Amino acid sequence: MDFIMVKGRIHSFETFGTLDGPGIRFVIFMQGCPLRCLYCHNRDTWNAAGGREYTADEIIDELKKYLSFISFSGGGITVTGGEPTLQAEFVTEVFKKCKEIEVHTALDTSGFADIEKVKELLEYTDLILLDIKQASEEKHRMITGVGNEKIKKFALYTSEKGIPVWIRYVLVPGYTDSEEDLKLAAEFIGQLKNVKKIEVLPYHSMGAFKWEKLGEKYPLAGVKEPDPAQVKRAKMILESAFRPL
Amino acid sequence: MDAWRGFQRGNWCSEIDVRNFIQLNYTPYEGTEEFLEGPTESTQELWDKVSKLLEKERKNGGVLDVDTHTISTITSHKPGYIDKKLEKIVGLQTDEPLKRAIMPFGGIRMVIKGCEAYGKKVDPDVVEIFTRHRKTHNEGVYNVYTPEMRKAKKAGIITGLPDAYGRGRIIGDYRRVPLYGVDRLIEEKQQEMTYLEYDYIDADTIRDREELNEQIKALNELKEMAKSYGFDISVPAKDAQEAVQWLYFAYLGAIKEQNGAAMSIGRISTFLDIYIERDLKEGKITEKEAQELIDQLVIKLRIVRFLRTPEYEKLFSGDPTWVTESVGGMGLDGRTLVTKSSFRMLNTLFNLGPAPEPNMTVLWSTRLPEGFKKFCAKVSIKTSSIQYESDDIMRYHWGDDYGIACCVSAMRIGKQMQFFGARCNLAKALLYAINGGRDEITGIQVAPKFAPVETEYLDYDDVMERFNMVLDWVARLYINTLNLIHFMHDKYAYERLQMALHDKDVFRTMACGIAGLSVVADSLSAIKYAKVKPIRNENNLVVDYEVEGDYPKFGNNDDRVDSIATDIVKLFMNKLRKQRTYRNSMPTLSILTITSNVVYGEKTGNTPDGRKAGEPLAPGANPMHGRDIKGALAVLNSIAKLPYEYAQDGISYTFSIVPKALGRDMEDRINNLKALLDGYFKQGGHHINVNVFDKELLLDAMEHPEKYPQLTIRVSGYAVNFIRLTRAQQLDVINRTIHKHI
Repeated sequence: MDFIMVKGRIHSFETFGTLDGPGIRFVIFMQGCPLRCLYCHNRDTWNAAGGREYTADEIIDELKKYLSFISFSGGGITVTGGEPTLQAEFVTEVFKKCKEIEVHTALDTSGFADIEKVKELLEYTDLILLDIKQASEEKHRMITGVGNEKIKKFALYTSEKGIPVWIRYVLVPGYTDSEEDLKLAAEFIGQLKNVKKIEVLPYHSMGAFKWEKLGEKYPLAGVKEPDPAQVKRAKMILESAFRPL
Repeated sequence: MDAWRGFQRGNWCSEIDVRNFIQLNYTPYEGTEEFLEGPTESTQELWDKVSKLLEKERKNGGVLDVDTHTISTITSHKPGYIDKKLEKIVGLQTDEPLKRAIMPFGGIRMVIKGCEAYGKKVDPDVVEIFTRHRKTHNEGVYNVYTPEMRKAKKAGIITGLPDAYGRGRIIGDYRRVPLYGVDRLIEEKQQEMTYLEYDYIDADTIRDREELNEQIKALNELKEMAKSYGFDISVPAKDAQEAVQWLYFAYLGAIKEQNGAAMSIGRISTFLDIYIERDLKEGKITEKEAQELIDQLVIKLRIVRFLRTPEYEKLFSGDPTWVTESVGGMGLDGRTLVTKSSFRMLNTLFNLGPAPEPNMTVLWSTRLPEGFKKFCAKVSIKTSSIQYESDDIMRYHWGDDYGIACCVSAMRIGKQMQFFGARCNLAKALLYAINGGRDEITGIQVAPKFAPVETEYLDYDDVMERFNMVLDWVARLYINTLNLIHFMHDKYAYERLQMALHDKDVFRTMACGIAGLSVVADSLSAIKYAKVKPIRNENNLVVDYEVEGDYPKFGNNDDRVDSIATDIVKLFMNKLRKQRTYRNSMPTLSILTITSNVVYGEKTGNTPDGRKAGEPLAPGANPMHGRDIKGALAVLNSIAKLPYEYAQDGISYTFSIVPKALGRDMEDRINNLKALLDGYFKQGGHHINVNVFDKELLLDAMEHPEKYPQLTIRVSGYAVNFIRLTRAQQLDVINRTIHKHI
């Protein structure tokens, strides 16, 4: 063959994903992330040079083994990370092939991406799981190491294109759970016309061991997981401006 | 006839043909569970009483009481009640609930040991009769065992054999009693006698005539027993209440006469539904009362008891009786066999709380109605009390009126039975192959002597050649042993009543089994893909292995090793097919261990996959604990590759998952579990036990059993009350892979 096949750097797969999109998902964790979230539960995916290289065909071959589970559940593929848009070209390739075999595609992203680079990818994306970390620019920078300007632009672009979005908001006590934070986030969500669902994900420390494994200090050591009442309250606030499609 | 009013007539009216009756008269139900009702007050009160008795039984070391005097027969005991005014369905095995009967025809030693274990002494007269005057099944078998068989049994290469307990796994068609009444069934059997009058009456015919005669006697005794409770079951049942009662009497007769290892009830829900529907239409009962009948029947099925020995308990832990009820499935004509009573049967797990018995078995088809699928998933998530088996596979082989005996053994009801054959320890057979037929623990020459492996590292082809030889030997020995056991069982402990509820000409299978499949597959994979160095002791016996490098392990959807597992199953099955069997039964194979995987593991030395001596084998077809690392679906795919054609007695897989891993909320969890089952069965999976719980729950239950009287979990092919497992078995369950993700 005389063309170069795009390869993707992949951290790992989960064949029975039930938390990242509708139904049973074949989940791909991409390697590399431009954000440095303090509570990252996949710390080991940051390094863009880590993981193993795969071709899109290899991914599809693997996925096909689980097609019956995917189709019975109304599931599909979810690409997450890391930050999947860092390898937009590869993910586009994977999604294209998924559409050929009628598999639903979901992109789990922070939205920290240049629109020009992901335009094609979004054409093959059936659902975006948009992780909103913080609506306040300043706090966003504090938590993730980057500002949220780009993310807002990305979100508005998907709204304009009418690609269905599930908002995911990680509720971290002391970091993202103040009334002010939540109201600000709700306000932003209110500007979007493509939101189908809002998920509040209670912070958990189960990813802490991955930091320790890499010899790093876990920045959120000691932060408690929010109780169900806090989660419910946050959900109510975030949904106050929710306009389902 | 009044009893058959409103039923559509057909072949079933002139011949014994329950399936035809069902097909012409049942009402498929495609709706949801909304119509279901909770328990009535009498049911609740009755269940409270039973719960207290169950607690007492538990506190008493597992057995409440034993009637040590009366030899149990269909008519041996006077009527017994829990509380007569609360009971809509009556009948107990003895005169009191949970009081166990003695059934010495299988073997007097087991009765003596069983009693001793609970501080009781058998009536000396009974001992005298069964040692001096009446031979038992157990004695018969031991009279004819060859020295080779004894040696193989002692070493544990074939084990768990039904030579000291009732073989069970026979399902009488208990539905015949309500539909026809006993007199009509006797008439049929008398007619069958006339078909056995030939010019030359040979030994087989004599046996058949004697058996038929015994069957007729048993049917007469059944009538007598029912009469003692005030019911005349010589005639057909007239309404739902009678249908349930008649059917239960038929089953009760069987469990008063036989303490078979598995005493399954068949496939009764949809049959009973026809009577319930008729009563509902006639305005005779309400939905609440319909549920009450099923609830109360189930209460009776939950207190079926047999006296077992501690050795038996080690093999089949938790006092199981395998009152397996098969629910659901599809008909050959494409209609679903799910009825409202399929829902009612599962609803008992909510109305009475979870319980291991009856062994609820859903015959799953991807074409089952959505409402039923969702309800099953919900019951599984909340109770962990259901097992699922592929109706799509079994319907092809066994039609649409089969039931499951025990755990995974399908048989056409009233038309087929099996000779239960426990299992052969394949892991040990592999070790014999390496050691030239010597036992890896004792060094005794058990298999015929041949040259042991002499190479520094194990060579795949070399080991396979030897393994092949050992399997030839095992297959022959195994079938011969079973031939002799079942000859004696027929002779001394014949299942008169259960066989009376069968057709004259019954299709028989010789149900062999294997344990340790995943250990063998992983061991061979290690030999093939890594380097395995045998370590010898001073007697030149290989007692341990050093594994250098990694190798593919069964349970990760990796064809390199999954194909080894499949090949082993085919290899062994084909060897069984070469043997001559008692009563021309068809050899079949199961990949099922029940809880015996723990005992078999204790008796098996170090294996080339790195498993240490004494560690449990994986149960059934499960991968070894902790080696299935690619997630739930990868395991399911590996298991689904095992060929049912070569394991027609069933392939058991036990699956455990934490609730969260199924999805965020109940709706997602139901949807995902349903899809998981659809996907698994679509790919050719045969059986799956579904457990949905957190490990912490089990750990807490180990420490505080009193808090979890009804905690039920699925093990290999049945369900148990978790707190009644031995500690070793509790740990085995906890150490199994519980699927979750972070």
